[in-house]
Order: sequence, then structure tokens, then C-alpha cells
Amino acid sequence: MASSSPSIPKSESQKRPELPLPRWVEPIVMLAPSALWLLLLLVLPTLIIFELSLVPDIRPGQVVNPSGFSNYLKILDPIILQVIGRSLFFAIGTMILCLLMGFPVAYWIALMAPQRWRNLLVMGFVLPLWTSSLLRSYAWITILRPTGVMNTLLTSIGLPALDILNSSIAVLIGMSYGLLPYMVLILYSSLEKLDRRLLEAASDLGANPIQTFWRVTVPQTMPGIAAGSLLVLIASMGDFVDPELLGGTSNMTVSRLIYNQFLGATQNWGFGSALSTVLIIAVSLAIALLIRLGGSRAITED
Amino acid sequence: MPTSQAQRHLSLPWQAAFSVLMFGFMYLPILVLTVFSFNKSQSAAKWEGFSLTWYEKFFQDSRILTSLQNSLFVGIAAVGIAAVFGTLMAVGLARYRFPGRSLYRGITYLPIIIPDIAIAVATLVFLAVIAVPLSLWTIVAAHVVFCLSYVSVTVSTRINSINPHLEEAALDLGATPIQAFIQVMLPELAPAIISGCLLAFILSMDDLLIASFTAGGGVATLPMEIFGRIRTGVKPDINALSVVLILASGLVFFAAEYIRYRGDKQRLG
Repeated sequence: MASSSPSIPKSESQKRPELPLPRWVEPIVMLAPSALWLLLLLVLPTLIIFELSLVPDIRPGQVVNPSGFSNYLKILDPIILQVIGRSLFFAIGTMILCLLMGFPVAYWIALMAPQRWRNLLVMGFVLPLWTSSLLRSYAWITILRPTGVMNTLLTSIGLPALDILNSSIAVLIGMSYGLLPYMVLILYSSLEKLDRRLLEAASDLGANPIQTFWRVTVPQTMPGIAAGSLLVLIASMGDFVDPELLGGTSNMTVSRLIYNQFLGATQNWGFGSALSTVLIIAVSLAIALLIRLGGSRAITED
Repeated sequence: MPTSQAQRHLSLPWQAAFSVLMFGFMYLPILVLTVFSFNKSQSAAKWEGFSLTWYEKFFQDSRILTSLQNSLFVGIAAVGIAAVFGTLMAVGLARYRFPGRSLYRGITYLPIIIPDIAIAVATLVFLAVIAVPLSLWTIVAAHVVFCLSYVSVTVSTRINSINPHLEEAALDLGATPIQAFIQVMLPELAPAIISGCLLAFILSMDDLLIASFTAGGGVATLPMEIFGRIRTGVKPDINALSVVLILASGLVFFAAEYIRYRGDKQRLG
């Protein structure tokens, strides 16, 4: 045994040449570039924003407020609270509209449409997402403005013209239009996994379609409903383009307000940073809620 | 219940009718843009006859073409960097166990979740603090952040479905780790890398906020140029531009879907 063994390590060493580099080099090469990029351009900037939000307004000629929280106290101004309230209204309204419009579509594609069409139908529904979001908003301007497509159609059939552009209705239309495909995509993948035998069992046991829907379908797809709703909620809270282009001057939202603090006429980086911090906290709360509701499964699976 | 079954076959269920309506809703804006791009009228309010003027104007508009060039440069550069780093990161995260691994993974999801405006603001403030002059390259650096996320998330999903013994087999057959990675792992991951890249590219071409905050004076990407025109009301050729962009992104979409479809087929075979 001892005499035959020396030949084996020799061939082994030929098969597996020794790495010229130490073992820790490989993971470093793979993980460090991205880690560095994310640390420098995502994590560190977010921490700086948080720090800046605590720096009181120091524009020339102004009394420096020693309190680090003055930027946050400014948020409690009724006008700013109204802006936050409006952003929440748009976000929750968009979430409800997307759920109401998206569920029947996802249900039809996943459970009722012919099997071989399903992928094509989902793809077809998601396709408009790939076009520029700015241009989609611009299209809604063309449709909704006083002399636009909608009013041309309405007046041609004898109905009164509607003044929708630059109103909260226009913002809700634009936002729910932009986010509906996400809702349908998530609800579809959740409805697709629905166990049809449970639906049959429910109807065999005497449940009518409405009872079956509320007591079998909805509970079974709850993770998908939660994931879709919160995704839409988060995305619409941060939406800038739709309120800016469709909402008009009277529909100020948090994201527009933040934009103005940095690139607009009213430059106040500290206050903008505080608003941005509040937005990040609000989004984090929504995500925590999502995980609490068990929807994390629906997100991580896809 | 034979009658209700027969009824269901005869009449369209309301869900189908509603879905058709929603498909109409999804395509209405695209249809409107397309129709008005061929409209003679400058006001675009009503149809005044077929014309290709806006397409001519669009192809002669140097500001639009320059901004398109800028956007393409940013998109290609950011996606190129993200493709390499994002793939390495996804493979590294799948291969190695180390403290802080789940935190690292969590951070890669952040750019997908955090609103663009918050990322844009943070990046601008950071660039101001370290006093880097704003340029096209600062937009690239900022775009790499979210491109990294999309590439690594798509690649990670694919890694989970790859047979881990393939690479081990390559190593046993005498391949060096680098050979095994390039000849075994990369071809397996290619469909995911490419579809992640296409998605990231489309998002980079669509980004208004992060580019606006990191561009600096004088440099504009296509979304910034379009946004400025819509806001100031100077927009005669935007309809034509829309149609060109819609066609281009439609092509990218079908390329991505085709690659994904072929990748899925390979996996099954």
C-alpha cells in the first residue's frame, strides 16, 4: 500500500494545478467591486443625507438655529403636512385602483383564458411598461387636456367636456396606468399557483362563486395581493413624473417638494434631506408591513 | 348545473370583457402618440391629415440627437460595468459564506425599492461633499448602482436553478477555476445576464430623476430633454420621437423575452 501510494498524489497534483494566488483573492475579486460601488454611491450618500437633514438652514444672512431637528419641525407645518397627506392619498388611491383593475385581469389570464395564450397575454399586458414613462405621461396630457382626445370624443357624442388635466384625477389615472402592469404581473404569478382542486371542492361543498372567491381564492392569493399592493404603494409614493406633468401647480407631492429643494427655485438642502429621510422611512415601514403580512414570500420567489 | 355551463360557453364572462377593456386602457396612450405623430396639425388637438413632417423635424433636431447620444452612452457604459460586477457579485454571493452576507444581499435590493428621488438627492449631496465635478460620468456612476441590482437579482435567480455539480465536474476534469467559470458557468448564466442587462438598459434610458441630479449644467440625457420640452411647451416633434422610442424599446423587449425563452428551453432540455 505504501509503495503504490506515491503515484496517486503525483497525478492528482497534475490534474489540479495549485492556485498561484491565496484563497481569499477569489471572493474579494468577485464581491469587492460591487460592494465598494454600493457603499460609496448608495449607503454612504444615504447616511450623508441623514446627517445633512440634521444640519439647520445656514443660508447667508439667516440666524443659525442650534436645534438639529429644525428641518424636521418644518415638516409639521400644516402646508407640508397637507403635501404629505396628498402623497399618501395618491399612493393609497393608486393602490386601490390597481387592485380593482388588476385582479379581474390577472384572474382571467391565470384561470379562465386558454392555456396556450396565457404567457402571450401576460407579455402583452406588460409590454407598455417598456416604453418611456415620460412619454406615457405625455400621452395622457394629449388625451386629457381641454381640447384633447377625450373631450373631442365626448363632445362629438353630445356629452359635456371635462376639465381633468391638472387635477388629482389626472394624477391618479397616470399613476394607476403606469403601475397596473406590475400589479397584474404579481397577482398573475400568485393566481397561477392557486390549487384549482380547492375551487372545485368549495363548489362541490355548496359554496356559490362569491363565497368561493372570498373564502378560497382571496386567502390563497393573499401574499400576492399584499406584495402587489405594497409594491404599487411604494412606487406611487416616490413617483415624480405623473404628479409633475399631470397634477398641475395645485397638486404638490413629497417627491416634487424634494425636487424643488434641490433643483427648483426654493433651495434648501437641509429641509430637502429631511423630507427625503421621511420618504425613506415611510417606504421602509411599508416594506416592514409587507414582511409582517407574509408577502415577502411572494416577492423573493420571483 | 348543465345550463350554467352552457351559458358560460355561450356568453363572454365579465372578467374577459373587463380584461379586453383594460388591454385597451394599456394601449390607448401608445395608440394616441402613434396616430398624432403622423398628424399635420401642430396643435395635435385634432386630425388634420397625414404627414411625416414631425419625423423629418425629429431627425434634424440636433439637441434631441445629442441627448439621445448621451443617453445611449450612459446606458451602455453603466450596463457594461454592471454586467461584469453584478454577475461576479451574484456568483460570489451564491458561492461564499461570510459574515454580513445577508446584509450585502439586502443592500443590493435597496436601489429597486428606494424611490428614485431619494437616491438622486443622496447621490447629488455625496458628489457635492467629495467635490466631484458633475458630468456624463457621474450619471454613469449613479446608474451603475441600480443596474447592478437588476443584473445581480436576475443572475441570482438563475444560479439557484443551475446544477452545482457542473462546475465541480469541470474542476475534476482538470479545468482551472477561471476556465471552469468562463466555459461552464458563463454560458449557463448568459441568458440571465443578457435579460438583466436589457432591463437595466431600458431603466437607464428611462431615468429622469437620477440623471437630472447628477448631470450638471449643459449635459442632458434624452428623458431630461423630453421633460424640459413637455414642461416648457416646446414639443412639436415629441410624438415622432415617442414612436421611434416605442419601436426601439419594443424590439429590446422582444429580444429579452426571446433570450429568456431560449434560456428556459435550454434548462428543460
